[in-house]
Amino acid sequence: MKTELFRTCPESGLQFHKSAETLMRANAVAAVVMLLIGGIAALAVTLTRWPAVHLLPADRFYQLLTFHGINMLIFWIIFFEIAVLYFCSSTLLKCRLATPRLAWLAFLLMLAGVVVNNLAVFSGQATVMMTSYVPMPANPNFYLGLILFAVGALVGCFIFLGTLVIAKEEKTYEGSIPLVTFGALTACIIAIFTIAMGAVILIPTYLWSIGLISHIDAGMYRLIWWGFGHSSQQINVAAHVSVWYAIAAIVFGAKPLSEKVSRTAFLLYIAFLQLASAHHLLVDPGLSSTWKIFNTSYAMYLAVLASMVHGLTVPGSIEVAQRSKGFTKGLFEWLRKAPWGNPVFSGMFLSLIGFGFLGGISGVVMGTEQINIIIHNTIYVPGHFHATVVIGTTLAFMSLTYFLIPVLFRRQVFLPGLAKWQPYIFGIGMMVFALVMMGAGTLGVERRHWDMAFTDAALGFDYPASAYTLMGLVGISGVMAILGGAIFVLITVVSVFFGKRVDSESAWSTTSTRLMRAKPDLVVEGGHAAAGKWGFAAPGTFAMAMFFLAVFVVYYAVNWKYLASVWPMS
Amino acid sequence: MTSIQPPAEALWWKQPLDRVEGTWITIALVWSLIMFVMMPVWHIYGKQNLSNEAYKTTPSAYMAKTQAMVDKYTVRTETAMQIPVVKPPPGSDVYLLGRLWQWWPILQLEKNQTYRLHISSMDWQHGFSLQPQNINIQVLPGYETVLTITPDTSGDQTIICNEFCGIGHHTMVGKILVSEGKS
Repeated sequence: MKTELFRTCPESGLQFHKSAETLMRANAVAAVVMLLIGGIAALAVTLTRWPAVHLLPADRFYQLLTFHGINMLIFWIIFFEIAVLYFCSSTLLKCRLATPRLAWLAFLLMLAGVVVNNLAVFSGQATVMMTSYVPMPANPNFYLGLILFAVGALVGCFIFLGTLVIAKEEKTYEGSIPLVTFGALTACIIAIFTIAMGAVILIPTYLWSIGLISHIDAGMYRLIWWGFGHSSQQINVAAHVSVWYAIAAIVFGAKPLSEKVSRTAFLLYIAFLQLASAHHLLVDPGLSSTWKIFNTSYAMYLAVLASMVHGLTVPGSIEVAQRSKGFTKGLFEWLRKAPWGNPVFSGMFLSLIGFGFLGGISGVVMGTEQINIIIHNTIYVPGHFHATVVIGTTLAFMSLTYFLIPVLFRRQVFLPGLAKWQPYIFGIGMMVFALVMMGAGTLGVERRHWDMAFTDAALGFDYPASAYTLMGLVGISGVMAILGGAIFVLITVVSVFFGKRVDSESAWSTTSTRLMRAKPDLVVEGGHAAAGKWGFAAPGTFAMAMFFLAVFVVYYAVNWKYLASVWPMS
Repeated sequence: MTSIQPPAEALWWKQPLDRVEGTWITIALVWSLIMFVMMPVWHIYGKQNLSNEAYKTTPSAYMAKTQAMVDKYTVRTETAMQIPVVKPPPGSDVYLLGRLWQWWPILQLEKNQTYRLHISSMDWQHGFSLQPQNINIQVLPGYETVLTITPDTSGDQTIICNEFCGIGHHTMVGKILVSEGKS
């Protein structure tokens, strides 16, 4: 039997399995490369939609927009998620990774998928956007590349599950799996469902593109494609919420307010998130209102409830940890005295705020059956999902990366002074970007559109001047966010490949320690609540949650009011 | 570090909820249910709802119906492309088609009159986006959407395409003209 090598990181106490470590590094590096090339396309796209610049010609714009969507939304995020899955199983459970060789095969399949798909897009014969709606045709390799990538990711998911089985079998941990691993498990389960949906729609579409199937129904395609397309964003939600919990634990030693609530909220994701595909079909023909209302409300908003729970329990767990360290003054001393100069924390917290206030609220509002009429396919939609996927997922992953550079890569962070600012430049840039896009969308500006002035059209249309102003701000804030992204890539690449090594010793050996239960709390008399107010352990977080709810209610009402002003229809 | 460690208590699911959690879950659940109920309520009391009326069709069958309407009700043509401007009677079935890269024909409607607007695509997917009203509907080939609309503002409305449909996507513009009518 092959001897397995482990090392323990002296700073974090985490134990790395050698094969797993190399795989995590490879997947994380591949992810950052995807982020880099997707980011270059982002710059070109942003500068084209900035009306005063209007950089690219139409064909190149649509081509690079397709390229940007796929490389960011699929390749960057899923490569990183595979690294997160290996981390949450092998590293957190102090277990050897299941079948490292298969994991390399998975990695190579994903890389092959990236190359095949991107070459198809570069050929100019696959300018079909990420959604590749039939019957608009793409070069068959476009679909083939996505299928290869998905098969690789699926293998990665099963390696995660296999590692959980080994950890249980070899008793590498005591009691139940940690909350963060539990969250990663929900992400993995959603991923398997998602990839199955992808197979159901992409394989027939591939066969159609090579002429073996004569017809694919446009409505059916949209239904199943979004079962894949939106569910894949739910993998991200489950993954980045897990990362939030992990960072709260790493930076503050936070524990969940209660395991039961946080875990149940993750289970709600599995049960209800998949219904979200219906959000994209609210103004489609052929589906009934009953179907739309049930599905898009995630069955009475139970998955939204889950996110609202995490939105409370993640900062709540930080507040309790901070209060137990003595930051008990007023409602917000715990937050004021948080390490705002540590990018691991600041990025995570901006991610949480941006995801909730911008991505969450806008998502629920535009996912309301009737309100969708005034939002569908306007630039409001990319405004929403840049708040969820970029501020939510990408920024959370960036924060985790600052933790992983010394711990996983054993390198010091290059330009730590700049790293301090990076989450703010990126996060705030992205927040403004998402907001002004939503504003422009409210004025009817279209998404995926080269020329809002309609110069070449036989019939013209003039948007109000405010729409142009907002799109100018989209350009400016977009460039700011891209600058933040570029700083991240610079810091990461230089740290990992040329950075100074971390001084402390972390040698490989065959010994592996067992993961023990968390120590029972040394609770002050009267429980956690004693450190809080109103009998609440986390009163500051509760106040923030109530503020969030007030914003939510007002914005929801405003949109109904706006809807009531358009032409009556039935 | 405990969110990344196994729970301290073996029977963690018996640990009671913290008060802050219980309170928030109750509030959030109530809000979720209010939002859920709002949609059916709007179907009953609201004026902006999409119909559930849609039919399977084919581009040629739909083209024939549109052409019949155009032949019957054209009042003039616009631009060098001779786009027909069609003025169908109030209450009638009105046909609009989307194709690469045009919304066809131009519709002339009367304010505060009700029309049954049919929409379909001749080729790829398109996005019917009426501006500045900001009414947005997905248009699919093979599907005929029927929408009962009552324009309550007069003036020109522009139909743009907001579903990517190829290199000429940004030139796909149509019109719905709303006149004051008799009233």
